[in-house]
Amino acid sequence: MSRYSAFTLLKHGLSGNRGWPRAWRDPEPKPHYDVVIVGGGGHGLATAYYLAAEHGIHNVAVLERGWLGGGNAGRNTTIVRSNYMMPGNTGFYELSLKLWEELSRDLNYNVMFSQRGQYNICHSPAQMDAQRRRGNVMRANGIDAELFDRAEVQRRLPYLDYSPHARFPVHGALFQGRAGNARHDAVVWGYARAADRQGVDLIQQCEVVGFIRDGERIVGVETTRGPIRAGKVGLAVAGHTSHVAGMAGLRLPIETHALQAFVSEPLKPMIDTVISFATAHFYISQSDKGGLVFGGAIDMYNTYAQRGGLPVVEDVLAAAKAMIPSVSRVRLLRQWAGVMDMTMDGSPIITKTPIDGLYLNGGWCYGGFKATPASGFCFAHTIATDRPHRENAAFTLDRFAKGYQIEERGAGPHPNAQ
Amino acid sequence: MLRIPCPVCGLRDETEFVYREDASVRRPDPGETDPTVWHDAVFIRENPRGKHLEYWHHVHGCREVVVVERNTLTHEIGRCRQAREVQG
Repeated sequence: MSRYSAFTLLKHGLSGNRGWPRAWRDPEPKPHYDVVIVGGGGHGLATAYYLAAEHGIHNVAVLERGWLGGGNAGRNTTIVRSNYMMPGNTGFYELSLKLWEELSRDLNYNVMFSQRGQYNICHSPAQMDAQRRRGNVMRANGIDAELFDRAEVQRRLPYLDYSPHARFPVHGALFQGRAGNARHDAVVWGYARAADRQGVDLIQQCEVVGFIRDGERIVGVETTRGPIRAGKVGLAVAGHTSHVAGMAGLRLPIETHALQAFVSEPLKPMIDTVISFATAHFYISQSDKGGLVFGGAIDMYNTYAQRGGLPVVEDVLAAAKAMIPSVSRVRLLRQWAGVMDMTMDGSPIITKTPIDGLYLNGGWCYGGFKATPASGFCFAHTIATDRPHRENAAFTLDRFAKGYQIEERGAGPHPNAQ
Repeated sequence: MLRIPCPVCGLRDETEFVYREDASVRRPDPGETDPTVWHDAVFIRENPRGKHLEYWHHVHGCREVVVVERNTLTHEIGRCRQAREVQG
């Protein structure tokens, strides 16, 4: 398979674009792999890619129940940022942002990463204090952050509601200029193609229905396409982690909840950045096709159904209208939902499990997309070396038993703790 | 929109309720000294794909806490009882 370049683009352009080879193979599963990754979303594919590219482990399969990127990788609002405050999170998400900055070159695939900046709008003096503290922690860790007052926010984002009776008054904002967004499908396809080029088998329409054990150790998986044995098995099935890990006997501090996302009809350029609003939990950006892409909070009750309820649709649209009054006549094009692993402290899990041969990546709550590169990088390191990378050392399963929860929100043990 | 058959008020929209939590979790005896028992009660959830028992608080109705049986795949709602009638 050829590298993508200006030259190949020109060559295929001149020949009517009929000569492009497929981007990855569609192999039959082999009976044995060194590592099997369950879950062909962004995280699973990234893990397979880094296992091969960073650790020289090429005999790897990624098993996907549906199609690549058909789960949460294809359902998110594509925001990338690293404005985390708690030790354990801060360095991990900054590693991810640094990987994002080189990702298109690294994968030889344009993931359309756009560092258009991200604003956290504050609606009260207390929120300004909290964001000032967050910004200081970020800067102390070498991460860019700027605090803007109301006048500066109004100059930069004139379309917010600054009227005296605004439902959510604007006091200022914390801004991260290196944040932004990326094209979610391109991330999946870029990792898939790059992993395939490294010899990784991407096996779709292959659901894991059980684990093969040798004594206590897990030595493979039973699938709808037959048994596949493996030296090590890694799970990257966020949304369904409790279900799949449950087949291996693991009980987890996770609940599954639906998170909805929305896109409007295409508009002319309006929002050239990413804006998050703290009080009503609302975030918005504009896609390259012109649609306003936005979302809110989870539906708040356990569900594995990949669809959301109408009360949250109403809440999110009311928030949109309250913060940006000019969207009131914009028509909604689509609304959808993904199902999230909500952990009891709002932070993820990337770890070797107590079961020999089984490795776990999950618990991504609201924030899996931005983590994709670092998640794959750190999970590959954990699987290859049996030790966590420095940046995922805190994302253990036993942190809950030991009192080392990583609570960004400080809300106590609750599946909406982020 | 979920519709919940409140045993006091009858069939009502979910917007009258607030979802509380998994109703299958049992708080340990206050004298329990094994930290793993507390850990499991505070953090670990069965998170079933299928039938789920859960507390909903009818804040805009009778203000009772009810235990609802709901399927997490289909959102089909089964029995709904007042929490005080459900034995621990």
